[in-house]
Amino acid sequence: MAVAAPRRQDGERGAAALRILIAVAKFAAMLAVTLVGLAAVTFVIGRVVPIDPVLAVVGDRAPQRVYDRVRAEMGLDLPLIEQFWLYLSRILTGDFGRSVLTTNPVLTDIARYFPATLELATLGTLFGTLVGVPLGVLAAVRRDTLLDQLVRVVGLIGYSVPIFWLGLMALLVFYARLDWAPGPGRLDIAYDYIVTPVTGLLLVDSLIAGEPGVFWNALSHAMLPGLVLGYFSLAYISRMTRSFMLHELAQEYIVAARVKGLSETRIIWRHALRNAAVPLVTVIALSYAHLLEGSVLTETVFAWPGLGSYLTNSLQSADMNAVLGATLVIGASFVLLNLLSDIAYRLLDPRTR
Amino acid sequence: MAVPTPPAAQHDRGLPAPPAGLKAWLTSPAPASRTQARLGRFYRGWRGFVRNPAAMAGFVIVLLLLVVAASADLIATHSPTVAGDLRTERLLPPGGEFWLGTDDQARDIWSRIVHGSRVTLVVVLLVSVISMPVGLAVGTVSGYAGGVVDAVLMRITDIFLAFPRLVLALAFVAALGPGIENAIIAIAITAWPPYARLARAEALQLRGADFIAAAKLQGASPLRIVAVHIVPMCMPSVIVRVTLDMAGVILIAAGLGFLGLGAQPPQPEWGAMVASGRRFLIDQWWVAAMPGAAIFIVSLGFNLLGDGLRDVLDPKAAER
Repeated sequence: MAVAAPRRQDGERGAAALRILIAVAKFAAMLAVTLVGLAAVTFVIGRVVPIDPVLAVVGDRAPQRVYDRVRAEMGLDLPLIEQFWLYLSRILTGDFGRSVLTTNPVLTDIARYFPATLELATLGTLFGTLVGVPLGVLAAVRRDTLLDQLVRVVGLIGYSVPIFWLGLMALLVFYARLDWAPGPGRLDIAYDYIVTPVTGLLLVDSLIAGEPGVFWNALSHAMLPGLVLGYFSLAYISRMTRSFMLHELAQEYIVAARVKGLSETRIIWRHALRNAAVPLVTVIALSYAHLLEGSVLTETVFAWPGLGSYLTNSLQSADMNAVLGATLVIGASFVLLNLLSDIAYRLLDPRTR
Repeated sequence: MAVPTPPAAQHDRGLPAPPAGLKAWLTSPAPASRTQARLGRFYRGWRGFVRNPAAMAGFVIVLLLLVVAASADLIATHSPTVAGDLRTERLLPPGGEFWLGTDDQARDIWSRIVHGSRVTLVVVLLVSVISMPVGLAVGTVSGYAGGVVDAVLMRITDIFLAFPRLVLALAFVAALGPGIENAIIAIAITAWPPYARLARAEALQLRGADFIAAAKLQGASPLRIVAVHIVPMCMPSVIVRVTLDMAGVILIAAGLGFLGLGAQPPQPEWGAMVASGRRFLIDQWWVAAMPGAAIFIVSLGFNLLGDGLRDVLDPKAAER
């Protein structure tokens, strides 16, 4: 027995490693399939556009000969599956084509606009988490009191309000009437072009450059759209926190902690919240992903030069390369965030190890 | 309404005859027919629903929406599309003849909102009617068939779930061209995957049930089993989910309208109305504020109604 035991442990460890390897491989395969699927969807959307891409290049007076040559050059005479293969290999090398509107490669454009969106979504998620989690905890602890009802109403409004309208009303009240917030845009004109972009995140770049004036101006500009965007995530996070906390507070270990004589504060914030935090990570990551989506409408309202504005501007001028590129990038970020939250969940929850 | 006395089945077991009356018949613990059991369950659900003030508020809002949409011609005080006197009636504040003011084309905003309720309802109904059968079909076939069919269908579902809904709808409308029909198709394309997931989960549980095995032994084809036995069982949870999603559909449709990709002018669509009021936000706030408030109230109504329905039909989920 004594001799056999370690060997068996080795075997178990090997089996465990194999299991993890298989799980990772499965994950990777699923991720690959999903990403190829995303590309397939954008490819199909690109195909159903009623605009003939060849005509757009050669004009409608070109002779048939020229038309056919350009069609062949663009690979449009190939079977669909080969066209998709070409499309896939092009986007894998980062070639999304050129934007008609800006004449830049779409990837360059996206790299320029994405940080602004990231900045806004991060600010929104921070707000949603810092306010939403305590609200949800309090609502769960004081269940069925006025406070609980209030949190519920706050959440319901967050789910029901059209975000573009909320943004406009916020501008109306806090910019036009109260003059608390600066107007749309990312900076006042006076602060433009002071900071050279490094990360593209203005809040970070201004600190790197040692320009506190720019930082505060950028922050004041980001505040209102960030709060508007964050309100949705606040609604979602507070609701889920409440539900997770109710689940935890009904567990036996809470009774045990009470019997032990721990203070209620310690029980709630240390014991219950700690266990509720595991699924909360997933929720926060999901809400972050949703803010990337919410930013599409918020950015147009606040003239915020992010991916959302880029997408809607391209939409308005039927710039399909840009639209599909932006769609693909947002979709891929969505998938990756989901994946990260899944991994974080596995790492944090000892039961899934 | 005359109430039938409970049929004889109960007397055989020596149960005491229940008191007469509709309520007693509905709440009978031993229903004698399928109809009675169903009506009874419906009645108990309704009782719970009525006791929930939030759900009732949602119910009333949705009911009002239906009434307003049905009698829009009676309720509207002006034409929703024909412009008024551009010299004297442009951008008037709320009050007097124009309850909610007028827009930049001197049209009465109240009348436009009233008629816009039809657009909203049509969008919600058509999206549900298109996406629910698709989701049900994909989900039940996937769950019942299993194996390769299941794997392939679920991967496709996952891919659609992987896109944020608004962005996917935007891309589809961009390709199909702006307009209310295309917006509806685009939203429906993004709406079915959750229903498929839900229906699949239920179908998986039903697959091994005895009554399915019995149907199989009777020689029912797989298609028949799915269509006749599995789909009806999946309906309730899918319907609840569809109701819960209606608020989201309204918001996405309004978002598309706001971006100019939904209903085209002069159709009175709420999202597009908000967009047209953007230019006058500072000085004539009502042009953008009023239609937006309509979107908010209606979407709130659907959310409340959906929450209430879920609480009634699925007590397990009520905690969430």
